[in-house]
Amino acid sequence: MASDELKLLGTWTSPFALRVQLALSFKGLSYENVEEDLKNKSELLLTNNPAHKKVPVLIHNGKPVSESQIIVQYIDEAFSGTGPTLLPTDPYERAIARFWAAYVDDKLLASWLQSFRGKREEEKAEGLKQTLVAVEHMEGAFKDCSKGKPFFGGDSVGYLDITVGCLISWAHAGEKLYGFKIFDADRSPLLNAWMERFGALDAAKKVLPDADKLVEYAKMRQAEAAASASNN
Amino acid sequence: MAAKEELKLLGVDVSPFAIRAHMAVVIKGVSCEYVVEDLSNKSELLLSSNPVYKKVPVLIHNGKPICESLVIVQYVDEIFSGDGVPSILPTDPYERAIARFWAAYVDDKFFPVLRGIVLALTEQERVEKATETLAAIEPLEEAFAMCSKGKAFFSGDSIGYVDLALGSLLVWIEAIRRMYNIEIISASKTPRLSAWAERFGESAAAKEVLPEVDKAVQFGKMLEAAASAAAASK
Repeated sequence: MASDELKLLGTWTSPFALRVQLALSFKGLSYENVEEDLKNKSELLLTNNPAHKKVPVLIHNGKPVSESQIIVQYIDEAFSGTGPTLLPTDPYERAIARFWAAYVDDKLLASWLQSFRGKREEEKAEGLKQTLVAVEHMEGAFKDCSKGKPFFGGDSVGYLDITVGCLISWAHAGEKLYGFKIFDADRSPLLNAWMERFGALDAAKKVLPDADKLVEYAKMRQAEAAASASNN
Repeated sequence: MAAKEELKLLGVDVSPFAIRAHMAVVIKGVSCEYVVEDLSNKSELLLSSNPVYKKVPVLIHNGKPICESLVIVQYVDEIFSGDGVPSILPTDPYERAIARFWAAYVDDKFFPVLRGIVLALTEQERVEKATETLAAIEPLEEAFAMCSKGKAFFSGDSIGYVDLALGSLLVWIEAIRRMYNIEIISASKTPRLSAWAERFGESAAAKEVLPEVDKAVQFGKMLEAAASAAAASK
């Protein structure tokens, strides 16, 4: 591992890029963080992720890997000798971790985004309803996976902690913007406690963006959207 | 396999997701009880094994359920490995990442628009979805060249992860051709995938698992009817 060159193309507001940063941070790997301007995507991004043209992209010794969950698994496998192992070692537990990781993006995140990005009120309401269902499932998942221990991964942070953990700053920002706390203490006490615990870890603090800055960013984007809507 | 391994797979013949899981088990040469579900009357076993989605496929291994087709395929690959046992995913971490990327592409980009052709409520919508599907298959044609490196399958000499992800949709691609005369894979536009599709269909595992295309056509007609009924009742 003489000179492993790691370059991460991302944006500071993207939870998917953050997911990769969390993995790199918990593994103790150094990398070059490249902030992309999504309105003016770099040649590097376009050539390294031609199929989707999206962040994050991890470039390891010149070879690109795309899709945040795939990148995290790649990091875990390619750097198996460095830092903690993120995926569980038992194949069945690994399957369960992968199942819930897919659920986070397909259901939890998708409905949460719809609850505030939906174009019509009915869409937003449906998004909120589905988010509550998803949170209930995730609370159960935490109970099953943690088995009474502090993290999805047990005693220490694992794949699922990182997969869900990238939503924490936006969870705080979302509460300030919309008054909706996704992992609130009444509905999801385990996840509520886990969120505080995870956010307090050094490796997480190193990369989690400031929720207030995300709030400013969201307001700026809303203003831009409103301005362009009224210009049409 | 030391103790007696009990494998049960809940699926339906025409589901590409069930086809993937079923073919993975066949490729590994392990015995597995295949249970055909009636989706209009789902079994207690299915509902209790997959309470989150209530969908097929579900693999039950010694009483423990695994859900989501690609999770099942990876699980089967990891549990049944060793000398002489074919591998579904490559061993090299970078190649694994590439295989996972293209399988995810099939599910996230290709499948939704392909399915959209069947579920379209108007001819215009159908044409739109067909156009999107034809655009979505192009990167896969390129990916085949890159992944196969001149060999028969995405994985090389034998059927692997991406082959299963895309190959499980071939029955539907053919059903769509028969139903609407829309050719997603053709010798003229996607020559590599066209040749690959034939080889996939000729494989022992495909011959054992893939249903007759007419079954998919029948199911497709049912989906069409359900989609228009749902739209009419809104």
